[in-house]
Amino acid sequence: MTAEPVLCLRDVRKSFGPVEVLHGVSLDLRAGEVLALIGENGAGKSTTMKILAGYQPASAGRILLDGEEVTFGSLHDGEEAGIVMIHQEFNLAEQLTVEQNIFLGRELRRGPFLDKRRMRQLARDYLGRVNCRVHPDAKVSELSNSDKQMVEIAKALSRDARVLIMDEPTAVLTGSETEILFDQVRRMTGQGTAVLFTSHKLGEVSAIADHVTILRDGAVVHDGRAAGVSEDGMATAMVGRDVSDLYPLKTGEPGEVMLKVENLTVPGHARGVSFELRRGEILGVSGLIGAGRTEAFEGLCGLRAASAGCVEIAGRAVSITRPRDALEHGLCYLTEDRKLRGLLLDKSMRVNLTLQALDRFGGLMIDRAAEDRALDAAIEEFNIRAGQRNMAVGNLSGGNQQKLLLAKIMQSEPLILIADEPTRGIDIGTKQQIYTFLRGLADRGHGVVMISSEMQEVIGLADRVMVMRTGEVAGMLTKTEMTEDRIVRLAVGLGANEEGRVA
Amino acid sequence: MTSETTNTHALRSLPSMSVLGPILALVVLVAIGAMMNSNFLGAANITNVLARSAFIGIIAVGMTFVITAGGLDLSVGSMAAFIAGLMILVMNAALPSLGVGVPIILLGMLVAVVAGILAGMLNGFLITTVGIEAFIVTLGTMGIYRSLVTWLADGGTLSLDFGLRTFYRPVYFEGILGISWPIIVFALVVLIGEVLMSRARFGRHCAAIGSNEAVAHYSNVDVNRTRLLTYAMLGLLVGIATIMYVPRLGSASASTGLLWELEAIAAVIIGGTVLKGGFGRVWGTVIGVLILSLIDNILNLTDLVSPYLNGAIQGVIIILAVILQREAKAKG
Repeated sequence: MTAEPVLCLRDVRKSFGPVEVLHGVSLDLRAGEVLALIGENGAGKSTTMKILAGYQPASAGRILLDGEEVTFGSLHDGEEAGIVMIHQEFNLAEQLTVEQNIFLGRELRRGPFLDKRRMRQLARDYLGRVNCRVHPDAKVSELSNSDKQMVEIAKALSRDARVLIMDEPTAVLTGSETEILFDQVRRMTGQGTAVLFTSHKLGEVSAIADHVTILRDGAVVHDGRAAGVSEDGMATAMVGRDVSDLYPLKTGEPGEVMLKVENLTVPGHARGVSFELRRGEILGVSGLIGAGRTEAFEGLCGLRAASAGCVEIAGRAVSITRPRDALEHGLCYLTEDRKLRGLLLDKSMRVNLTLQALDRFGGLMIDRAAEDRALDAAIEEFNIRAGQRNMAVGNLSGGNQQKLLLAKIMQSEPLILIADEPTRGIDIGTKQQIYTFLRGLADRGHGVVMISSEMQEVIGLADRVMVMRTGEVAGMLTKTEMTEDRIVRLAVGLGANEEGRVA
Repeated sequence: MTSETTNTHALRSLPSMSVLGPILALVVLVAIGAMMNSNFLGAANITNVLARSAFIGIIAVGMTFVITAGGLDLSVGSMAAFIAGLMILVMNAALPSLGVGVPIILLGMLVAVVAGILAGMLNGFLITTVGIEAFIVTLGTMGIYRSLVTWLADGGTLSLDFGLRTFYRPVYFEGILGISWPIIVFALVVLIGEVLMSRARFGRHCAAIGSNEAVAHYSNVDVNRTRLLTYAMLGLLVGIATIMYVPRLGSASASTGLLWELEAIAAVIIGGTVLKGGFGRVWGTVIGVLILSLIDNILNLTDLVSPYLNGAIQGVIIILAVILQREAKAKG
């Protein structure tokens, strides 16, 4: 297919204040094609998409729509031209119903009244097309993330989009949900829609994209057919160096038992969870979304109501009912949701860094000089890249936010670190840094638990894997037993093999 | 990338509009006042303005913490009236046994402080432990306290015994080195409040909770306890304000402390504290209180605008303050 491009950027530059973040980006969106725009966090993907959709004006360069130069004065102009953008953080009115959201701003009318029957009929149709089973009257605030994503797509369908731009649409979707999404994407491209999407999952890019454009530091470093570039090639182009040694070597020899948990129960989420964690070990925790992994470990750390038969840390029985108890025993939890539970997005890096361990920075009064020293050390150690020290953390890229969150947790000097999805939504270069850090932590004699939905990551990094299913431990796999197949079988409840026993 | 950190010092020395705005407004008001009336900058008038600001000011300092932590308290005006009524009743009742003297005044003060803390803790308990919205809880207690004081006064006025009143009066009208007690107490409260807000762990925790409760919880901040403390502290400060207020009139009625809650909230907002929480500054609140009092004072001293328009001008200032803050935020 070599259709004429629908929407093009030509040598587009964008500056925020004195800082230029896009240095002459050119790309083409063609009808009936999927363009994958990939790059590390902070490479300029989001800015490029916002310029395409008319959310932000370009500082220089041209935008061509059907070959003619256009300037989008507002978001509305973009939508008028048939360009719809779906944000990573959804753009849905939480308090309205699914149907109200789909037709928000362009409600159908019959005379002066809303044409509720037709809207209902169309809403059902759109939802049916994305295989989404939510009721049109369901409140958006009560939906899961994946359902919200599908509602966004249904909304885009209702807009008859010529160009659909999706910012990491699969970040919150499970494998089967991703398949449904891709089916819809293929259907839309079949009808002549041009689609642009971003993703950190390079396997998906190979699976769905016709064309790949790779950004690095605000410039296009690769542009070509998807078939012509391998996943390794993409990763190397994104990072600018070879990342084949993504995972550090599993060198350490696990020592004595550091954490022993028996019969941990979190009402409604997890039952009878028992496991041991050894010094110098990384224990991976796998399972499907909703298997109760996060809830079980939050319960263990006193973040939500839980009960346990016995919890021993370094051989001593401990009782943990509040987050404070967990910290006092050297047990620390790194949340999977850095934006809603991890960081104060409107505060500076300094305030965020020390919040959890504020009692280590002065007595009743806070020692600001000590805080600044800690921040200097954290920026250095974790290679955090921020334009200005005192800017709001919400303006950092996802990878830098994650590194800051990790630095914040480490201020409490935990003996045992529970890292929940520590690399969600961040680029491959930062992932590598975090893997190296976690392995280093284990090698220095700490215990590490890593909850992750990415199979590759668990197999690549963990010494053992605990697989959870519907709130219970489905099995424990040793280093040699760890294969993608075995983990999946346990996670979905197929693997009643001998090795699927609690170790 | 580390070289960029050197820019921060240059940036820090340039205060933003949200910092300058309230200060500029105060300076402009003082200039207007000085031009309009030669008595404006006289010691008598300044003392008068400051002493009148003290009640709302002391309460507003407490309100700053409550709002910063993402809460709200509508009950402070009624609470002040109720505490004043209670104080007067207790002191009158103790008069035959204790007689006029320092002990009975101390008893009255103790009653005010304890009643304030308890009332604040009741609000805090219902909001945090029971989990009802702050707006609803304090709307409820606002009605309760207002009605209780009306009931205690049987619809009229509760008056302090004449002898006691004469003995207690100096607490409002006299002080040290010509500075009256309410001003001294206000200054102390502000000083402690400012340090607590900007330098202490408590203030940092309040801002964290107001900014994002879940993050605070995951960061080992005891959210309920901190919130409860902000309401208890506000209650205590209402008690202290009442201690200063009772000797001024020597009475309490259904109209005592009317609309104080709104004035206190307005002062907090004008001062740059964010209504939905997450950021607060005590010194800003002080400026907010002074701006509100000065408008009142200037309108009374000059005949340019009718003093009846006081409320309208204050309303415009509040809305302007928020618009200025929003613009500053959009730019920053």
